[in-house]
Amino acid sequence: MSETVLVRLTVNGTPLEGRCPPRKLLVDFLRDDLALTGTHVGCEHGICGACTILLNGEAARSCLMLAVQADGVEITTIEGLMKDGVLHPLQEAFRQHHGLQCGFCTPGMLLTALDLLRVKPDPSEAEVREGLSAVLCRCTGYHGIVKAVRAAAPVLRGAQ
Amino acid sequence: MKPPRFDYHAPRSIDDAVALLARYGGDAKVLAGGQSLMPMLNFRLARPAALVDVNRIPELAYVREDDGTVAIGAMTRQRTIEFSPLVARRLPLLLEATRWVGHLPIRSRGTIGGSIAHADPSAEYPAVLTALDGEVVAQGPRGRRTLKPGELFETYLTTRLAPDELLVEVRLPASPAGAGHAFEEFARRHGDFAIVGIAAMIVRDGARCSAARLASAGAGPVPVRLRAAEEILERDGLGDAAVAAAAARAAELVEPDADVHASAEYRRHLTGVLTARALKRAIERAR
Repeated sequence: MSETVLVRLTVNGTPLEGRCPPRKLLVDFLRDDLALTGTHVGCEHGICGACTILLNGEAARSCLMLAVQADGVEITTIEGLMKDGVLHPLQEAFRQHHGLQCGFCTPGMLLTALDLLRVKPDPSEAEVREGLSAVLCRCTGYHGIVKAVRAAAPVLRGAQ
Repeated sequence: MKPPRFDYHAPRSIDDAVALLARYGGDAKVLAGGQSLMPMLNFRLARPAALVDVNRIPELAYVREDDGTVAIGAMTRQRTIEFSPLVARRLPLLLEATRWVGHLPIRSRGTIGGSIAHADPSAEYPAVLTALDGEVVAQGPRGRRTLKPGELFETYLTTRLAPDELLVEVRLPASPAGAGHAFEEFARRHGDFAIVGIAAMIVRDGARCSAARLASAGAGPVPVRLRAAEEILERDGLGDAAVAAAAARAAELVEPDADVHASAEYRRHLTGVLTARALKRAIERAR
């Protein structure tokens, strides 16, 4: 087959590496090569937000990047949120406020919301809704998600 | 779907990128932020022989002011522009337009040069470039040249950049004293492509308008500078009647096409409505 490239990156604090063809999408590299299947593949054209990760701390679509472009970066995926068996405060808020049903959009929703809360630590409901419009959810009607993000905001502010 | 096979290059300098573009003679695509090109590759609407990834060229990312002009490197991320104090102070119209570009996760990767070179007529940055009558700098094998928006944008998704030219810098005149600005847009959902957008800036001099700048997005194959509407304000001032006349004129100046999202008549109507809204906010801010 075609040539492969070496990709070395840090995922959830752990240095990892793999080889893949240059055309491999970052989301497929995470799932297939690094066995981190928490990041979901949805639309593959940047609309649905299910594949959203943190790239050097900023939310980005992992379906709109090649794995080779992630050489040298730091990535946070959904697998990196839980610490020592304890849910991240944002995950806990999603559980308490029914912020998910089927769970397909949830990884992207959580990482998008984390970035939003970093940029706007005390968002209004309108700002939460605008920020979360980057991710499509087809189950919840968004009310529980909005409630969860607003409930998590003061907890995360306190944690900083 | 997944991208088709391509040769992948990640040059470390502008000169190397241009040399690669020249070597492939039009069969290579420049990969900037990838927020438009990657979907086209995933859908296999684009099948270039090679990708020239310019993300590893640090000299392409900067925002600086020089003698009243703000120069922005082509690979400056939209997110960097959104949070740049210099842009907030000197190019408030660009900042407001940036918040309409996709969503924050898109703006983390998307770049100003990529958005302009992609030349989607519904995009915000080409309209801002057109309204402010800025310019872009392109580098090819024979050196650099500058292009004004009217020279750059040819038609839908098409610029007059040569296949071996790389857009390296965007230059916009800094907002003058007494200026007010607004970017208005209508889309079905926040972050979707604009059905129509309007970029507006006015400079107030007492009751008079010493300069007006208006451009449309989404109302035709290229962004349209609405010069005849600007002239109404520069002649008749900033009262309600002049704003209404300028908005009506703006609607006559565009040549929108119909598509699945909106009819041509609806886009023309929106051009007038959004021009009036943008002007009212810009005038309010210039007080």
